[in-house]
Order: sequence, then structure tokens, then C-alpha cells
Amino acid sequence: MQNLGIDVLFKGTNFVRLLSGLWVAVRISLISVIISIVLGLVVGALMTSKNRILKVIFRIYLEIVRIMPQMVLLFIVYFGTTRVFGWNLEAEVSAILVFSFWGIAEMGDLVRGALISIPKIQYESAMALGMDGKQIYYHVILPQTIRRLIPLSINLITRMIKTTSLVMMIGIVEVLKVAQQIIEANRRSSPNAAFGIFAVVFLLYFLICWPISKLSVYLEKRWS
Amino acid sequence: MNLDVMISYLPLYRDALFLTMRVGWKGVAIAVLIGLIGSAIIHFEIPIARYIVSAYTQLFRNTPLLVQLFFIYFALPKIGICVSPEVCGTWGLGLLGGAYMTETFRSGLDNIPKIQFESAESLGMSRSQMFRYVILPQAVASSIPGLVANVIFLLKETSVFSTISLMDLMFTAKDLIGMYAKTIECLVLLVIFYLIMLLPVSVLGDLLERRLRHAEFGD
Repeated sequence: MQNLGIDVLFKGTNFVRLLSGLWVAVRISLISVIISIVLGLVVGALMTSKNRILKVIFRIYLEIVRIMPQMVLLFIVYFGTTRVFGWNLEAEVSAILVFSFWGIAEMGDLVRGALISIPKIQYESAMALGMDGKQIYYHVILPQTIRRLIPLSINLITRMIKTTSLVMMIGIVEVLKVAQQIIEANRRSSPNAAFGIFAVVFLLYFLICWPISKLSVYLEKRWS
Repeated sequence: MNLDVMISYLPLYRDALFLTMRVGWKGVAIAVLIGLIGSAIIHFEIPIARYIVSAYTQLFRNTPLLVQLFFIYFALPKIGICVSPEVCGTWGLGLLGGAYMTETFRSGLDNIPKIQFESAESLGMSRSQMFRYVILPQAVASSIPGLVANVIFLLKETSVFSTISLMDLMFTAKDLIGMYAKTIECLVLLVIFYLIMLLPVSVLGDLLERRLRHAEFGD
């Protein structure tokens, strides 16, 4: 396997560098996921409101997130807003801003879907048992909604991790960038390193996302 | 914002739009084809092939397109498989989409109640008639929402093509910003051109979904 560049991986601290690059991507996605879940719950609840203005605003918000590539949003925030407003935004902060903007919409839509999928009879039965509005939410609606939401939000984590691979485009040194640096540095001694290193990056992403998506499928089956 | 600058950039963006659309839709076509074959293999539990298909879907659904493209474009040449950026983009998108489409179509097929198969059989239909008149229409109808979502997702993903030096919209914008530093104009044009590419798909998709929802309930 020497000529396919696997050896480069174990030269010096290369493998550790790759892993720390991966951690950068995972850290950005975890922070964004937490923000998305917390604010997504609020946004999702607001989406079920009957207010016309709110409805139009959320409709436009969802449509923007649905059709604008995340890369374009990254460029707008990192290169565009800094130019217009003249502020100094760190790459990592703008990445978190963009992925949260995207995640809140996704999560909000999931929450809205889960809330309206609770059959009306659940509300009526709770009312017939003499519960008041607050009690109905705490004891009847929320437990069912959360059960439906957990597998879907776990799925959101894997999608977030996959999407954060884009941050190398705004200059964040994450796993792909580190991989490129390693390949460049060993261009002469090991010209085929690109194969080994990129194969390892491919595998690393798979090893992170696969268990998480398995878990989400398992929970979905168990709780449905 | 300088309108003259934007107008002078228009031809560049137009060419990029055509290229992005060409690669994007070719990729979507490959994805649908792979999805149809893959979902049939899994649904009918064809031995050995089903394990290959499910390994493929797991592998491609759990890695980012950017990493897949880098692997195809930079790593495969080292073992003697060289492809042009456009071929790499098309097949990268096709393979990624194929994995998603397989899942979508498979759940469409799985959602058809067993009684539909049995009723068709008891009416004396042959296997091909059963598929033509009973199973496929229902499977297609229930996969449409997923299909539309996948198509939009795939067309959006074309934005990473710029990394393998395919001159798509993103590449053009980045290049122009780098050369003339007209950041705002370039980004506004970028947004407008992505809207031109994706808004019609989104709107048509919604219409299609609404029609099919009616078809499902028979009114």
C-alpha cells in the first residue's frame, strides 16, 4: 500500500492533525445544532399560529432556506455583510450563523409537522378529562411531539455535519483543508498520497455520520 | 451597487447558469435511474445485489458531496481513473442522488399495502399488469414529495462544483470577486441566478404535490 499514500498518514502527527480538523467541523455543527434545536422549537410553535403576517414571513424564510445553497449563504454572510456593514466577522462565527439560520428553519418545519400531526382527539380527550391548556401541553401534547421529534433532530445532526464540509470555502481549516495540506507537503516523497488521504477522510465522515443515522432510524422504528 | 457592472457580468453568469443546469439535470437523471433500479433490487430482495445496494446507499448518504467529489477528482486518478471536471460533477451528483432516490422510491414501494397486491392478483391480473396499473401509479404518487425535495437538494448541491474547477455559478462569482472586488454586485447576481434556477422547480414541485394529494384520495 506504500504507493497509495497510506504511509503518509502515519508520518509525524498527520493523523492527529486530520482528526483535529474533523473536530473543527464537528464542533461547528454541534454548536449550530444546539442553537437550531432550541430556537427551532420556538419557531415551530410560532409557525402553527394563525397570524397572517407571521405565516407570510415564515413562508418566505422557509423558501429562502429551501432554495438557496448553503454555500451562497456562507458567502453572503462572510464576504457580503462584512463589506456592507464594515464589521469584522470571524469565519467560524459566520459559519455558525449560516448553519443555525438553515437549521432553525429545518427544525421549525419538523416541529410544526409534529405539532399538527397530533390528532385532534388527543386535545379533546384531555379537555374531557378536565385538564386546562397548560396541562394539556405538558402532559399530553409535548411528550408525543418530542417522541416524534427526537429521531428527526438526530438526523439533522448528520446533515449538519455533512454540510459543514463547506466551511473550507471560507478559509476555515477543517479536515478537508488539512488533508490538502498534508498532500501538498508530501507531494514529492509520496505523489500518490491523494488517494490514501482522501479515502481516509471519506471513511472518517462515514464513521461519524453512519452510527448517528442508524440511531435515528432505530429510534424512529421503536417509537412509531 | 453599480448596475453597469452587473450588466457587464451578465453574459458570464448566463454561461455559468447553463453549465450548472446541464450538469445538475444530468446528475438528477442519473440519480433517478439509479434510484429506480436500486429501490427495485431492495424491495424484491434480490440476493447479493441487495447488500451491495444497501452498502452503497449507506456510504453515499453518510458522506458529504464535497468529500465524494474530492475522492473522485483527486484520488481516483492515482489508481488510473481520470475524469474531466464535468464528468466528475455529473457522476458525483448522480451517485449521491442515486442513494437518496433509492431510499425515497423504496419507501414509496413499501408504503403500498399488501392487500393491493393480493386484490390485483385475485382480479386475475398478470404480474406486469399488476405493476402497470396498480403498483407503479401508487408508488410514484407517494414518492413525489420526496422526489421533489431530492431534486431541489441535488440542484443546490451543484454549488460545490466550483471546488473541482467546474465553471459553475459559484465559481464565476468567486472568480469575479477575486479579480474586481465588486463583492456586493457579484453576490446579488449569484442570488438572482440561483433563484432563476431553483424557484421554478420549487413552485412546480409544490403544484405537483398538491395535485397528487388529490389523486390519492380519489377526488
